[in-house]
Amino acid sequence: MKCPELQRPALLEARGVSRLYGPGKGCEAIDFTLHRGEVLGIVGESGSGKSTLLRVLSGLERPDTGQVAYRSTVAQGHDGAGHEGELDLYALGEARRRALLRMEWGLVHQNPRDGLRLGVSAGANIGERLMALGERHYGQLRAAGQDWMGRVELDPKRIDDAPKTFSGGMQQRLQIARTLVTRPNLVFMDEPTGGLDVSVQARLLDMLRTLVRELGLSVILVTHDLAVARLLAHRLMVMRRGQVVESGLTDQILDDPQHAYTQLLVSSVLTP
Amino acid sequence: MTSLTQPFLTVDALHKSFVLHGQGGMTLEVMRGLSFSLLPGECLVLAGPSGIGKSSLLKMLHGSYRVTGGRLRLHFDGDGEEDGELELADLPAHAWHSLRRDVIGYVSQFLRVVPRVPAVEVVMEPLLACGVEPDEARERAETMLARLNLPPRLWSLPPGTFSGGEQQRVNIARGFIAEHPLLLLDEPTASLDAANREVVVGLIEEAKARGAALLGIFHDEDVRERVADRLLPLEAHMGAVLEAAESPSEEIR
Repeated sequence: MKCPELQRPALLEARGVSRLYGPGKGCEAIDFTLHRGEVLGIVGESGSGKSTLLRVLSGLERPDTGQVAYRSTVAQGHDGAGHEGELDLYALGEARRRALLRMEWGLVHQNPRDGLRLGVSAGANIGERLMALGERHYGQLRAAGQDWMGRVELDPKRIDDAPKTFSGGMQQRLQIARTLVTRPNLVFMDEPTGGLDVSVQARLLDMLRTLVRELGLSVILVTHDLAVARLLAHRLMVMRRGQVVESGLTDQILDDPQHAYTQLLVSSVLTP
Repeated sequence: MTSLTQPFLTVDALHKSFVLHGQGGMTLEVMRGLSFSLLPGECLVLAGPSGIGKSSLLKMLHGSYRVTGGRLRLHFDGDGEEDGELELADLPAHAWHSLRRDVIGYVSQFLRVVPRVPAVEVVMEPLLACGVEPDEARERAETMLARLNLPPRLWSLPPGTFSGGEQQRVNIARGFIAEHPLLLLDEPTASLDAANREVVVGLIEEAKARGAALLGIFHDEDVRERVADRLLPLEAHMGAVLEAAESPSEEIR
C-alpha cells in the first residue's frame, strides 16, 4: 500500500506569544501549530495560564509580544471583504478581527451565562449569529433553531423558552448550538464540561465528539480534567506557570509523560 | 503490499527507558537492543513472562509510548522519487492521527470509551472516521458483533456495565472492523470463552489472508500455537535495570 497523506494543513499558529500580568502570571513564549481537524487540549492546574492563552488565541486579548497567525480558507466574507491565506490576528483592524470571530470562529465559555442572552428565547439565541451573517428569513432562522436544539439534545418544543428557565447542562448545550450553528472552522472552548454533573458531562462529551467528526471542526480546548482531555483531545499541551512544559499525542502525555510536572499531574488523578 | 517477501515493519536496536521524576529521577530501562521485522500476512507473537516489555513494545508501535532509542520503520510502496519508508520514532504528533486511522490498528486490553455511547456506535467509530456512510458502518458493526456472539439486546447499550468478556468483544470488534494493514493485539483472547476465542482466531486468519501484518500478545497457548507464524522472545532484550539519577531531578513544588 501507499503511505497515506500524513501532513495536515496548519490552521492556527502561535509564534512566541506572551501575555504576562506579572512574573509567572499569564502565558509566556508559547509556540505551537494547530492543524486542520485537530482537537488540541490545553491542560494544567488553575493559574497555569491556560485561560489567558485561550483569550489571546481567540482574539480577545492582545499579546504583549508574539504573533497569532490564522490560515483562512474563506475567500470572501458576507461584507465583501475578501481574505485568503495567512492572517495576522492582531495586525487586523478591530472590525476585521470581530468579523472573523463572528464568521469563522466560535467561542464556548465555561459559564454558559457568559455566552448566552438569558432573557431572550432559545431560538433567538441560536439565530443571533446567523442573523449577524445576514440571514433574515424568519422561517429559516426558526428551522435552524429547531434543528440545532435537536442536535444538542434539547427539546425543540422549548424553542420559545428563555435560557434562564433551563438547567446548567441545558444552558451549556444551548451555548454550543448557538456557537456551532454558523459552522465555524475553529472553536475555542474553556472548560466546556466544568461545573456539570457527571451524567450531563458524558452526554456533552459524546455530542462534542460527534460534532467534531461530522463538521470537521478544529478545536482548542482548555480543561483541567485529564479524563475529559483523554476522551476529546487528539493532542495535549501541558502548562505550568505560564509555560508549556510538554506537548504530544494525548495518550503519549497521559501514558508516558516525560516532564516531572506532567508525571506529577498524571499520577495525582483519582480514577474511580 | 509490495511483495510478500518485503517486510512491512522493521525494528532496529529499539531501546526504551522511563525516567521517574517522582522517584528521585530513577531510570527504569524496560527494553534494549530489540530488532526484528514483520512481513505482510504474518503474525508474530511476543513471548516471555509478564513485565518483560511486551505491551510497551506495542505501545511504542502505536505511538502511545515515546521511543528512547532505535528505529521503527514502516515500508510502504514507493512512487519513484520516494522509497515509501516511514520512520515512526520521530514522527510529529499530528501525523499519527492519519496513521492510526488508516494504517495501525490496536486492540488494547481494556475498553476506554465515552460513558454513554452504545456498543454498536463504539464499533462503528473507526469506520465513520474513514468516511464510511453511517448505514453501512452500522451494518458492518452489527455483523461483527453478531459474529462475536454479543447478544443483539446489548448492541444499543453502553458497554460500561458489560461483563469483562463482553467488553473485550466490543473492543475486538472495534479493533478489527477497519481492516488496518498493521494490527497490534494486546491479549485479545484473555477473558473470552472457547467459542469466542475461536472467532478471534478466525478474524486473525482472515486478516493474515488479506495481507495484514499482526503483532500480538497471547497468553493462551492453544491460540498462540494456532495463529503464530513465529515467536519473538523478548528475554534477551529485557532491561529492568534500575539506575540512580546522576543528579536529582528538578523538585516540583
